[in-house]
Amino acid sequence: MNYKDLLRKDKMPHIWCPGCGHGMVLSAFLRALAKKDFDPDNVAVISGIGCSSRASGYLDFNTLHTTHGRAIPFATGIKMAKPGLKVIVLTGDGDSTAIGGNHLIHAARRNIELTVIVFNNNIYGMTSGQYSPLTPHMKLATTAPYGNIDYPFDLVNLAKGAGATFVARSATVQPRHLEKVIGQGLDHNGFSLIEVITQCPTYFGRKNKMGSPVDMLQWQRENTSTTGKEGTIPLGIFAQEERPEYGENYFELIKTLGEGKSGE
Amino acid sequence: MASKFQVSILPKYCKGCGICVSVCPKQVLALGKDKAQVEHADQCIGCLNCEYHCPDFALTVTEGGNDE
Ligand SMILES: Cc1ncc(C[n+]2csc(CCOP(=O)(O)OP(=O)(O)O)c2C)c(N)n1
Ligand code: SF4
Ligand code: SF4
Ligand code: SF4
Repeated sequence: MNYKDLLRKDKMPHIWCPGCGHGMVLSAFLRALAKKDFDPDNVAVISGIGCSSRASGYLDFNTLHTTHGRAIPFATGIKMAKPGLKVIVLTGDGDSTAIGGNHLIHAARRNIELTVIVFNNNIYGMTSGQYSPLTPHMKLATTAPYGNIDYPFDLVNLAKGAGATFVARSATVQPRHLEKVIGQGLDHNGFSLIEVITQCPTYFGRKNKMGSPVDMLQWQRENTSTTGKEGTIPLGIFAQEERPEYGENYFELIKTLGEGKSGE
Repeated sequence: MASKFQVSILPKYCKGCGICVSVCPKQVLALGKDKAQVEHADQCIGCLNCEYHCPDFALTVTEGGNDE
């Protein structure tokens, strides 16, 4: 299957700014998905609100564009009602770690089979550049004109600590690596989270004088590494383990209770 | 010599970000007025860097389409 055939052509071109990394994440996701033998009708893509969350609207699957921060609760409901569906959440760093942070940690704790792809551009893009829980210390944002005094979450460690059984990080500058780890996340039986470092040239880039989209990708090239280079942001797979999946436990419990009830 | 790869750009999708130009190892692509364009089609080695980095689904590299 050609990955571009998974787009809703009538909605294209997409609305993202020139050089926005969100389209690169979407492209890698579709390439990863097109390589599997999923029936598109068995895929559900859920998103919240944000530039990144607009992604679901361009996809020719079952899609749901929900409310800010609540993609994971909607996805949880869908997965429990239709366990046979491949349920994927496309979300921003604001959507998933600020307003939606609580949902994220509890879905990870439960190990429900969702593939959550976080488009981490370190900022709220859609609402014009407020800092998020993933904005680095002392970086500039509309709401931090003198620098952000907060310290960011390390999303990989947060997800791991919360119990996610598959955790990876990649970056838009590495489209092949990105496609590969998304593919592995999609195959995982349990909660998977893939953090993707992506560029928002319009707000994060402009506020922090990072230059053009090409310059922002160069920054990624110099400041990320798949081989653990000192002083860089590590990319790779940081957790991959098997633990009973939430839905499996739930349906098993129903079965046991049903058997116990016979004869009443 | 003609390349066995063909690079096509959908102008309707291209936003002229220049990312494809920056990742092409063979200088096949260049930025025109506000869109990318194919300058040296014969140099393409089919590495797919441009297509995989394009944020706008504007680029397609195909094999064996250059000699019609
Ligand atoms: C309940 C609620 N609060 C606030 C907003 C405003 N709002 C819309 S998008 C957004 C943040 C988006 O940031 P992120 O999820 O990082 O996505 P990005 O736009 O950067 O891709 C906010 C705060 C909203 N729509 N609903
Ligand atoms: S504001 Fe930023 S995140 Fe939103 S589309 Fe533009 S570049 Fe992308
Ligand atoms: S990367 Fe895509 S959108 Fe950007 S200039 Fe090249 S073809 Fe156009
Ligand atoms: S396929 Fe490779 S060589 Fe050909 S235009 Fe694209 S980046 Fe350049």
